[in-house]
Amino acid sequence: MKRVTFSHSPIPYLFVLPQIAIIAVFFLWPSAEAIRLSFFLEDPWGLSNEFVWFENYQTIFEDPEYVGTLIATLIFSLSVTFLSLGLAMLLAVQVDGLLRGGGTYRPLITWAYAIAPAVAGLVARFLFSPQIGPIYAWLNPEGQPPWFEPNLDSIDAWVVVTSGAVWRQVSVNFIYLLAGLQSIPRAVLEASRIDNPSGLGRFWSVTFPLLAPTLFFLMVINFSYAFFETFAIIDTVFPFGPPSGAASLVYKVYVDGFKGADLGGSSAQSVVLMLFVLALTVVQFRYLEKKIHY
Amino acid sequence: MKFKSLMTSALLGASLVLTPSAWGATEIQWWHAMEGALGETVNKIAKDFNASQSEYQLTPVYKGGYEDTMTAGIAAFRAKQQPHIIQIFDAGAATIINAKGAVYPVQDLLSKHGVGFDANNYISGVRSFYADSTGKMVGMPFNSSTPVMYYNKNAFQKAGLTLPPATWEDFEMRVAPALKAAGYVPMAQSHSPWIFSENFHSRHNLPMATNNNGFGGLETKILYNNPAMVTHWSKMKQWQDQGFYKYYGRAWGDNQAAFVNEEVAIWFGSSGSFGGLKNSAKFPFGTTYLPYWHGVTSKPTNTFIGGAALFTMSGHSDAEYKGVAKFFEFLTKPDVQFFWHRETGYVAITNAAYELAQREGYYKENPDAEVGILQLNLPGGEHSKGYQLGFYVQVREVMYEEYDKLFSGKQDAKTALANIEEGANKLLVKFARTYK
Repeated sequence: MKRVTFSHSPIPYLFVLPQIAIIAVFFLWPSAEAIRLSFFLEDPWGLSNEFVWFENYQTIFEDPEYVGTLIATLIFSLSVTFLSLGLAMLLAVQVDGLLRGGGTYRPLITWAYAIAPAVAGLVARFLFSPQIGPIYAWLNPEGQPPWFEPNLDSIDAWVVVTSGAVWRQVSVNFIYLLAGLQSIPRAVLEASRIDNPSGLGRFWSVTFPLLAPTLFFLMVINFSYAFFETFAIIDTVFPFGPPSGAASLVYKVYVDGFKGADLGGSSAQSVVLMLFVLALTVVQFRYLEKKIHY
Repeated sequence: MKFKSLMTSALLGASLVLTPSAWGATEIQWWHAMEGALGETVNKIAKDFNASQSEYQLTPVYKGGYEDTMTAGIAAFRAKQQPHIIQIFDAGAATIINAKGAVYPVQDLLSKHGVGFDANNYISGVRSFYADSTGKMVGMPFNSSTPVMYYNKNAFQKAGLTLPPATWEDFEMRVAPALKAAGYVPMAQSHSPWIFSENFHSRHNLPMATNNNGFGGLETKILYNNPAMVTHWSKMKQWQDQGFYKYYGRAWGDNQAAFVNEEVAIWFGSSGSFGGLKNSAKFPFGTTYLPYWHGVTSKPTNTFIGGAALFTMSGHSDAEYKGVAKFFEFLTKPDVQFFWHRETGYVAITNAAYELAQREGYYKENPDAEVGILQLNLPGGEHSKGYQLGFYVQVREVMYEEYDKLFSGKQDAKTALANIEEGANKLLVKFARTYK
């Protein structure tokens, strides 16, 4: 039997090359370096190092604070994901239902997307500042002892960081969800209108399942955003560090590595974080994606 | 042929970019962390140095905050692109002083390339802080400040008080109740590790770590869990509950703002805060020494400096080091130091500069500006020369964390200090292994 082979042109490979180069330089190489450093005790200047096996990992898990930080980060990431998806869904459905004026709302809701997480953090810092923050002043009326103290209380601090993170992320989700809503065939929606007069019922039984692929994609994206990108928000809201209990995993990686020059410890933490998010993503694909029909 | 000419023009272009002005002058790179008005003052000093001679061209480069500057220096050193001079802050001092192959000690530099070096020219509070275990000065002290007490004179008058508290007993019995009755929060402070932990030990001449506060070597243990600290921090918590002290969180500015807004009557900050306060406070304020516990000592000692020093990095040519030495000589000239002191509020680091400021009558007009130097020059003790502890940025992180939990009522002072010792000692062991 003769095997049919097509002559391969190298051109397709050239097209994907820039993307592969970017992944290699900005992801694969640093990850490999992090894995290597996590097995060493190395002084930051690179003058001497010692191979220590899993000692850096052992240090992490012996730290009683670490598990607390892990749980807090998980709760934070879930809150950011569900709040920003929920709000974006609400806004997208409202804008989609508009006959007129959608063109005004769309850019207004979308433009926070252009804001870097660090800037979102700065905005949150000013809004919640005990001296000049309007939201702080509104939450703590004058003459009464203040009950909302993000500089002192870890839960209040998380509320501020979460609102900064959600505010920026809502617009990203909004764009995708609105596009998803508009691609649902009108015929399906009209048919469902005859079967079910309740708007909310129609949403859950028809619109939501049809949006599920978009929602699933956004969930994965939002989760990794909350895990990896939000250290800039924490760092700008709390330039001297958040109150005890309000640091996330990636913020600890940043503080130990960039501020404290502890390369081995910081690398081990980032490897643990990488594995953790990888595991979560696998779980999402394994169990949630099965329920989705494309 | 074509390739060769391309290369030549590229090289020419590159060399044009690399030599900014003064053709033939040796370039000296200075990375620093001074932003805003402080950065302007740094630029002015560099400009004056360049104008004072023609052999060297000094280029100051702002690299972000203290930590960012240190990280940038580390990354540059690893890539063999290090600057000649880098500014490193107090908590990072051990990281660079113990990196033997990365730094050229200023004492060696000035002995070999300059006019020589005499430690006695420097005021006593700054002399030993940036030295190594043999006592050799490694960093050139640059921006140095020390914690002091500021008090609102209007508030004191309203409360019927004239004198600020000299001891903590005095604060508790006389000052705080009167200020509270007059409607003020008696006290706030802006840096619990620096002011109420490190300098607490120095003011009472107590050891804060074994091994001569860490100057003696790397096998060091921290000694924060001592009776004086337990008393002080238990009192802090008690005062918070009584309304004698308010914690506005970790951020320096939030605590200072409460003083500027006249909500708080006494604020502990840096001697370098003086310039900013003079502009922002709408009330007369006084400056004085940190109080001490009379129950702990009857002979309070000096505080030590905070701030940063200039370190010369290794791997450059002798010709360039000659330029660095020349710049350090310029920088320590009395008139340059006096200019720096006057513009920024940081203390002058040489005795000659301090004497110049006195002769010019600067402290007659601004008595508050002298308090920091006077406190640094108080009689010292065995344990009041400073400290040198590894991974100290993270140690301070542990301290903030534990003091936060103390002030939010999650633990008592004894537990907080025990946790600080445990966390800090783990970090110190790791540092000793990393740098052995």
